[in-house]
Order: sequence, then C-alpha cells, then structure tokens
Amino acid sequence: MRNLTSLNNPFNDDKDFAGCSIFGMMNLEGKRFSSRDPVRAIANMHERGNGLGGGFAVYGIYPDFKDYYAFHIMYLSRDAKEKTDRILAGSFNIIYDEEMQTRPANVRDPPLVWRYFVQPKQRRLENQTEDDYVTERVMRINTETGKAFVFSSGKNMGVFKGVGYPEDIADFFCLEDYQGYLWTVHGRFPTNTPGWWGGAHPFNILDWTVVHNGELSSYGINRRYLEMYGYKCTMQTDTEVLAYAVDLLMRRQHLPIEIVAKIFAAPLWSEIDAMESEQQRLHRVLRQTYGSLLMNGPFSIVVAHHGEMIGLTDRIKLRPLVAGTRGDFLYLSSEEAAMRLVSPTLDKFWHPRGGEPVVGRLRSEPKVEVLASVEA
Amino acid sequence: MLEQEKIFAEIDVNYISRVRMEKNVWKIDAEGMHYKELNNLLRLISSNGAERIEIYNVCGQRYIGTDLETDKQIDIYGTPGNDLGAFMNGPKIVVHGNAQDGCGNTMNDGQIVVHGQAGDITGHSIRGGKIFVRDDVGYRVGIHMKEYQRRVPTIVIGGTAGDFLAEYMAGGIVLVLGLTLAEGEHCKARFVGTGMHGGVIYERDDILELGKGTKISEIGKRDLHVIEGLVREYCEYFGVDYETVMNGTFHKIVPISKRPYENLYSH
Repeated sequence: MRNLTSLNNPFNDDKDFAGCSIFGMMNLEGKRFSSRDPVRAIANMHERGNGLGGGFAVYGIYPDFKDYYAFHIMYLSRDAKEKTDRILAGSFNIIYDEEMQTRPANVRDPPLVWRYFVQPKQRRLENQTEDDYVTERVMRINTETGKAFVFSSGKNMGVFKGVGYPEDIADFFCLEDYQGYLWTVHGRFPTNTPGWWGGAHPFNILDWTVVHNGELSSYGINRRYLEMYGYKCTMQTDTEVLAYAVDLLMRRQHLPIEIVAKIFAAPLWSEIDAMESEQQRLHRVLRQTYGSLLMNGPFSIVVAHHGEMIGLTDRIKLRPLVAGTRGDFLYLSSEEAAMRLVSPTLDKFWHPRGGEPVVGRLRSEPKVEVLASVEA
Repeated sequence: MLEQEKIFAEIDVNYISRVRMEKNVWKIDAEGMHYKELNNLLRLISSNGAERIEIYNVCGQRYIGTDLETDKQIDIYGTPGNDLGAFMNGPKIVVHGNAQDGCGNTMNDGQIVVHGQAGDITGHSIRGGKIFVRDDVGYRVGIHMKEYQRRVPTIVIGGTAGDFLAEYMAGGIVLVLGLTLAEGEHCKARFVGTGMHGGVIYERDDILELGKGTKISEIGKRDLHVIEGLVREYCEYFGVDYETVMNGTFHKIVPISKRPYENLYSH
C-alpha cells in the first residue's frame, strides 16, 4: 500500500500550529456587499484554524422579512424538530419557514438546518418585551430537547456556522447568495471544548453576535452570573457567555460600549489606584458591581449588532487584533494581511491598545459618529 | 548559467512560472502561494548561492526566511505573515510594508528592516542580529531577548512601542526614537522593562514610563557611540535626517538587579 503520509503531510509536521482567526467588515453607510471579501479574508488566515469550526454573522440579509425574528435552528434529530415545531407554533406566528439552502461541501456531519421567520403571539407577551420573550423561548428550545439549537435569532440578520473551515462553511450554506452591510467571520481552533456544530462561532442571541479568539478562564463565574438573568449556556464552550453578557449589558441595561469594555477588560487595580478620584470611583463601582462579568484570560473579540461593530482585546492584549479603514469600510482582523487582501490600500491602519474598543457605527443612525478610539 | 538551470529543474512544476531571474536577482511571485511552498523555494534558491531575492504579492505567508543562513538580501513587497525571519541566521530582509506579529522571533543573526509598522512580540527571544522598524511596534517587543559575548541583538524602533516593551529582557539593546510622537507626547507603553535583568533600553527624550525593577541613568561615551551608529543606520534605511534625530536627549534604562525575582518564592 502507498504511504499516504508523505502526500498528506509532506513536511512531517507532528503538531498543529494554530489560534482562532477573526475578521469583521462593515460598510458604515449601510450598503450591502457579498460574501466574496469576507470569505477571501478569512481563508487567507486558514493556517490559524484547524477545520473544527467556522462561521459568519451577516447583517441586513433579510430585508423582505425585516420585521420578523429570523430563527436559524439546527436539528440533531428529526424528533427534536417535531418538538421544537410545537413550541414555535404555540409561541409564535410562523410567517414562513423552510429548510435552509445548503449544498454538499467539505464539512463534517452537517445537521438539518431550518429557517423560520416568526412573530411573537401578542396575547402571550403579557408584560414582557418582544426581545425578552424571544430570548426566553430560545433558551427553552436550546435546553428542552438537547438536540435542537437556535443558533441565530435576530431580525434581518443571520448566523451561519458549523464544523469545517470557514470557507467550506460558506460553501455549504451557499453564502454567495446573501448580501449584508456588516459581516463578522470566525475560523476556529478549539482549545479545550468540543468542535461541534453548535460550538462554532459566532454566538448569537437576538441580533447580538460575538466571534472570539482566545479563552475565557472565567467562564464558570460568568455563566453562573448570567444564569441569574435567565441565560442558559448550552453550547459547551466559553464564548457563549460573551454573547449573553453583551445582550444583558448593552440591550437590557443600556450601557455604552465604552463602559462595557471596562467591565470585560477592567483596568488593573494598580492602574485604578493611579486614576483621578472621579474615574477611580467609577472603575471601583464597575468592578464591584460587575466583577462576575470580568472576562479573565486572553481574548480578542468582534461584537456586532445592527448598526454597530466593535473590536476589543483583553487589557494586556494577549490575542491579536488590528483595525483599518478605507472609504466607508471599517475592517477588524486577527492579521493585517487578510485586510490587505481585500483592500490593498487603507486610509488608516492601526493596532488598537489592549482593553480599548474600536467602534464602527452606521452613519445614518441618530447618533452619528464613526469610530471612537482611533489613535494612530 | 548551469547553476540556475539546475535550480529551475528542481522547482516544483506548479511554481516554476512564478520564478524569474533577472540581472542576478531572483524574483518570486508569491500570490496565493502556501508558506511552506514559498519557504521551500527560498531554501532551494538560497542554498544554490542566490544573493538577492525579491518576493512580490506577499500576503500573510508565515515564517518567511526561516532558518536561512548566509549573507543575502530578501526584499518583500506586500504584507508578510507572522514570525517573519524566525530562527533566521544571516540574511537581510527588507519589508516594503508592515510586518505582522512575531517578526524576528528567536532570530540568531541577520537583519530585518521594516518600512512601516511591526506587530506584537517583534524580536521575541531574539539572540543576535538587528531589527529596524521605521514606525510603531506592538506589545511585548523584545520580550526575553538575550545576549552572549559578542552576539548582541538590537531592536531599533523609530516610533513608539506598546506595553511590556523589553519584558524579561536578559541582554541586547532596544532603542526607542519616538519619531511618531507629537511634541511633548509620551509613549503609552506600560510596564516597560518589567522583569528585566540584563541589556539596555535607550530612549530619545523622556518618552518611556519605567516599569518596576528598572532605573534610568545618563548615557556615557560608549552608549553615545552605540546610539550614533544605530541612528545613522536607521536614517540611511529610511531617509531620515540624522541631525534631527540626534537633536534629542538620550537616556538609558537598565535593570536594578540581575535577579529581580530572587526572593519571589522564598521568605
């Protein structure tokens, strides 16, 4: 028999060299663009992942259904679909549903993936807001059967993810058919959690998504804190807590990203001690109130929701993140080369400092401003 | 000519159209090429006595120039990937653009000249040779750099540096010029030289905030001699006026102790 090792592994590597890759691309005017550039960019960082996870979050993809919550649900069994359909039918008016368009691709054991456009049943809302109602139902579906997972639940946006390299996931979900004004992408190298379909990034609740490079050693504490607010962690991996934490802090508690960044990546006590007294008080209060949401461990993340894309690293920058702008585009990436591939010339390119967020906002929003912490 | 033909005969058939030889300069089009293939090509070409190599359309390929020996110049157009020149032992790499993270990782000898910025951990554990960066560098530059006898690694930073510059430095020279800073502006780096126990950091004007276990002192004649040599080289590479750069006050930052953590685990 032929020795296949020399074909598959001509350089005799006995080790995987890797780290996750993240990429974000946003048109600040809200103009939609295709998957071409995001896919090329993440594929350029192929080396960082190992094929055990890849995914995309795309904003502005369902303009015809923009008033309805778009659920993407993965089913690991037919049985789970029946049960889930019953929950959905009882809680929502289902406007439209279909099996998501997929094609055979280089991905591992794809589950059944289904898309629903739904509207909460008004008489069931009681005192809840629609968003809270949806969050609660998503948690219920995710925990009820153990075989059905809502991996996307926002309006006019969608998450596509699974086990494979991101470029293969794009192929599987036929992403060339979609257009969005904001794309975030992830290539995964799972460190200490399983590489399964639900565990791929982005993580999502409502229209909030997170892609993450690094690991959160504070996962246990973060998870217990979030459980008090009704968030149930079911995806078997650390990054999930970040998605729920931004939903809690930014959507429900209306905190601005500048404050949220100081909760996730709090300054060191020694730095707080050196601050002016007003600042010192603020940071002490934040650490006392939200100590359980401190994200400990190395991370770089791209957080997105409608109208906003945010890049952030841990306070001592143990994972890479670079930023660039060109015309109406803001780019965030693990590596500069990926950005240069899609935009060889950049108006501005910089290395954000640890713990300081890079924020891109749609210009047409009421509070118009492009981008805060540009220091270069 | 025979030598060249021999090299061409050995190049992978998929990449033969990517390699040209003009006036003793080897030119490689690296567009879409995997880093292993690119580095294989470099090894092949350089082991057959090439003196100048130019690589075009570089976009994220890692480890370029790794473990290459002998004196030669490699010009890179585009954005080289992480760990540029890692373990390199002799060549000079000129980057016409920015360098990513880990440039010069554990380099043994040679030079890397970056016409732009360089990322985090530039010169990580560097043991010899020189790195010149025209503009700013990222976090943890020069971490764990070390020297041995006449082998003194050197990193010259034209702009500013990120946190943990020269952390755990055991030897060698770091020179920070701060040319991208505005008048009176300080470098934002925190924890400069934390855990440092050998080597020296030179700063132009008072731009660095000292980390624990380091002290600042005036420069002597020998220091000035070293600085002048490095600044001259920097100015030559990047076309900067020598007098303007030297028109500043240089200080040196050195460790207080050779064993800063001697008593960390004992009482």
